Amino acid sequence: MSLDRVAREKLVRALAESVIQHADELTSLDQAIGDGDHGLNMKRGFEAVLATLPGLADKSLPEMLKAIGMTLVMKVGGASGPLVGTFFMELGKALPEQSIRADLVAATAKAIDAVKARGRSEAGQKTLVDVLVPVQVVLAGGGDANAIAAEAAQAADRTTPMLAIRGRASFLGERSIGHMDPGSRSASLLIGAAVEVLEFEANS
Amino acid sequence: MNSSSSGNVGIVIVSHSPKIAEGAADMVRQMVGNAVPLAWTGGDIDGGLGTNVAGILEAIETAWSPAGVAVLVDLGGAETNSEMAVEMLPEDRRARVVVCNAPVVEGAVIAATESSGGSPLAAVKRSAEEFYA
Repeated sequence: MSLDRVAREKLVRALAESVIQHADELTSLDQAIGDGDHGLNMKRGFEAVLATLPGLADKSLPEMLKAIGMTLVMKVGGASGPLVGTFFMELGKALPEQSIRADLVAATAKAIDAVKARGRSEAGQKTLVDVLVPVQVVLAGGGDANAIAAEAAQAADRTTPMLAIRGRASFLGERSIGHMDPGSRSASLLIGAAVEVLEFEANS
Repeated sequence: MNSSSSGNVGIVIVSHSPKIAEGAADMVRQMVGNAVPLAWTGGDIDGGLGTNVAGILEAIETAWSPAGVAVLVDLGGAETNSEMAVEMLPEDRRARVVVCNAPVVEGAVIAATESSGGSPLAAVKRSAEEFYA
């Protein structure tokens, strides 16, 4: 998986557009069970990431991921900034300059552990971890882009009947049941956008 | 912040609302005067409700004391962002900043009172956390 500069810029734009275009949807999900700022926060963060182009894409993939993570940490706010930012930063730290699929499998596992530690959260608590964990299993099992994107979407759907244990939604107790977790939705959007670009690059 | 306060543990107040953070800081000042280094931060980077890492880092810098800094936070993101900020500090400072598991207003007042008596960081944290436990 060696992405050239053009592909790296394409990846950044795809990630950013996936959340910016769905900002209203993320906000309305968050209004149901959170404080209603998830769409706006993520949009602000990824607009800040876009503003670091074209220089951002001049960096190697690991350095670029770390820089994206740092921008998200500083700009998103809410609990999502540190959580999503930590994922990108740790992924960047764990990936070698020239990486193969096995490197990505190992690096995503490390990044997910870091997100769990940051949020003191495990799978089953109605957070983005509920998307990251099953998607990583599909990735590790050799699933293709379609399988990964499908698992991401389904995993976000599966948070709907869950009871929130972490985050603002946990204040609602059983009233959190019946609403999709906004952080899981944004994670699935980002994953869907990423695999689409990576698949295209792998086949072109 | 005068030099006589520099030996005491610093207090940082982090709220989603800048008004709450500032108000809590006012209450601390009324209780302990200038005996402890104190800083507050609140709001996202656009001025809306929320918290942000840069603001928290700045507040820790403002309230810095060689005895360390106790951070009082309100809801979820304030805690997560504060922990993130602590990790981003230079290594020699990281171990001297703690995020307290205590209500933000009451915890800040109790922590500052404890600090004003010259207590070490661990005691300041414990007082804030035990009062409402």
